Amino acid sequence: MTGPDGSALPTRGPGVLLTVEGLCKRFPLPRGFIGTLTNRPTEAVHAIDGISFELQRGEIMALVGESGCGKTTTALTLMGLLEADEGTIRFNGEDVTHLGRSVEAPRATIAALERQSFRREPSFQPTLTMKDLRRQVQMVFQDPYESLNPRATVFETVAEPLEVHGLAGTRDQLLERVRRALEDAGLHPAEDYLWRRPHELSGGQRQRVVIAGALVLEPILLIADEPVSMLDVSIRAEILNLLDDLRTRRGISVLCITHDLGTAAYFTDRIAVMYLGRIVESGPTQAVLAHPLHPYTRALLSVIPVPNPRLRRKRMILTGETPNPVHLPRGCRFHPRCPIATARCAEADPAWREVTPAHSAACHEAVAPG
Amino acid sequence: MPRAFRPRRLPEVGVPGRGAGMMKPTARWRERLASVVRLFGRNRMGLVGLAMLGLAIGVAVLAPWIAPYDPETTGRVTIDDIYARPSAAHLLGTDDGGKDVLSALVYGARVSLVVGFAASLISMLIGGSVGLIAGFYGGRVGNLMMRLTDIFLVIPDLPLMIVIVAMVGPSLWNIIIVIGILGWTGTARIVRSQALSLKERQFVLRARAIGAGNFHILRRHIFPLVLPLIVTNTVLVISLSILEESTLSFLGLGDPTTLSWGGMLNFAFTRGAISTGAWWALVAPGLGIVWVVLGCTLLGNALEEAFNPRLQSHHLQGEERMIARPAQPGASDA
Repeated sequence: MTGPDGSALPTRGPGVLLTVEGLCKRFPLPRGFIGTLTNRPTEAVHAIDGISFELQRGEIMALVGESGCGKTTTALTLMGLLEADEGTIRFNGEDVTHLGRSVEAPRATIAALERQSFRREPSFQPTLTMKDLRRQVQMVFQDPYESLNPRATVFETVAEPLEVHGLAGTRDQLLERVRRALEDAGLHPAEDYLWRRPHELSGGQRQRVVIAGALVLEPILLIADEPVSMLDVSIRAEILNLLDDLRTRRGISVLCITHDLGTAAYFTDRIAVMYLGRIVESGPTQAVLAHPLHPYTRALLSVIPVPNPRLRRKRMILTGETPNPVHLPRGCRFHPRCPIATARCAEADPAWREVTPAHSAACHEAVAPG
Repeated sequence: MPRAFRPRRLPEVGVPGRGAGMMKPTARWRERLASVVRLFGRNRMGLVGLAMLGLAIGVAVLAPWIAPYDPETTGRVTIDDIYARPSAAHLLGTDDGGKDVLSALVYGARVSLVVGFAASLISMLIGGSVGLIAGFYGGRVGNLMMRLTDIFLVIPDLPLMIVIVAMVGPSLWNIIIVIGILGWTGTARIVRSQALSLKERQFVLRARAIGAGNFHILRRHIFPLVLPLIVTNTVLVISLSILEESTLSFLGLGDPTTLSWGGMLNFAFTRGAISTGAWWALVAPGLGIVWVVLGCTLLGNALEEAFNPRLQSHHLQGEERMIARPAQPGASDA
């Protein structure tokens, strides 16, 4: 399989696409003038505190958690928009953790690489640059009212990635690719939308434009940060179906970040639940929903509204605030709010263990169902 | 602005529907221009300002045809010609040299407008680029630039201008440059605050996610959204520049070879127009200055309203006005 410009793209098919290991991202807090004078140690917000997961090719995975738990930070770090402090990100087997700053490889390097490939040295391995990575990993943002330039037409927005990557070609080719991306994103006939500006589109249409802008580079991984949270409920299913459809038709993997287990349950294969910068439970969607292992997951599940008003369910309302991510609690980070916490939970941080096949949790009390 | 007291008229053009979407880009652009014109046209004060400025420009351009006398030629002057009252021969009377005030007024418009436009062009270029760079790149360079702006902002303009003009000599171009390099601070501050808030918007993050570099983002996402602000500000700076030129000329620091309105005031004031009761020699250039400055200010305010980036439009709202979005953090230090 070759990319639009003839470069080798990873083949699609089964296998691991994305591996994240022990990823950490801290945001140091300003020390202030006095702090600097007294050389007080810098404190930091632990936005992500060692998360690990794998994403298979063609898989849709949800990263679920409440606000402030580090979901968006994870997405931005995976996109290389933030640089990870610790841990590794492997994309298609290649370490892309610190491509970070070098948006473009220096021309000399590219020339050297091209010479090498011309000589067909067997040892030659093309290395990914940030720009290559950007072509293969694209992101859909939360707020479709904010993620489009209000002065740019739909055509300009969708064509922009191609121009940035120098893949625009002739005007006709460009138009054709933009048109195809729009149609793929469910905006047809595309001609109706090409010259509109964001204020002439509805929320759902805008989100489709954002998705089209991500699709136009033909990525193999789409990171969707709360793709439907700003949309009307009536449009949510459409957008989620679209993402699902893209997986089946294009074999794209999707990492969907959401605070809503209902959204995750709707179309994902696997769910990872995040709490305070760490993944506390992960497993196949069905298993997580049917037999949640972690008390936090149970709490999230218990507050999903049930359509039947006669069906009374005991809700598990968590008390207390999320602990401050600067001073994390000792032991299990969920224990101050956990309804089943024991003395052990305040002492020892629970290990990540596989309770049933492919279904793991970080909880001392987690037991296999049945 | 008195806008709030006028009833809001319903828009002439409804929601752009399917038909609008199928238009060619040029047609869309024309439609957009038309919407700005429509929005602007609804502001009567702005139209008045435009007409006032247009008239002044027309007079300046057509000066040789409009002016009844050539201000350069000196005919024979008798004692009766000095500070002669307005008459059929001299509609606005004569000045201390026995020359026609109306002709001087007409030619003076040229000087005032050239200084106004050229100086604000310089201000716009300096202020725009300083604001964009300081706002978008920020960091040490941005801070340094803003401190520099602060310094220029706190220095009283007039004394500094007087000193500089006295040192470099009072030619028209020197005056333009001095006014230009002292008048950019406001533009820089406004542009910077706008750039600061724009760069935090999600569409800039999206551009980064695509792989766009700083220059691309600046060119495609920041500059087009800041441009209307720069244009609007420039129109307002024009009136300031004209005032400053008049001030300098009034103080006797104007270009001695060209007679601007400020220069006319200076001559009338220092050469006994008041004691002789020749009010026309003072009122004519004074009204000229007021006319142009008022025109620019009205126009600038109207443009500001038509272009304001905070007044965003919505697809369901035919009229392109909407509630201002909440201010972005960091944007409030203008």
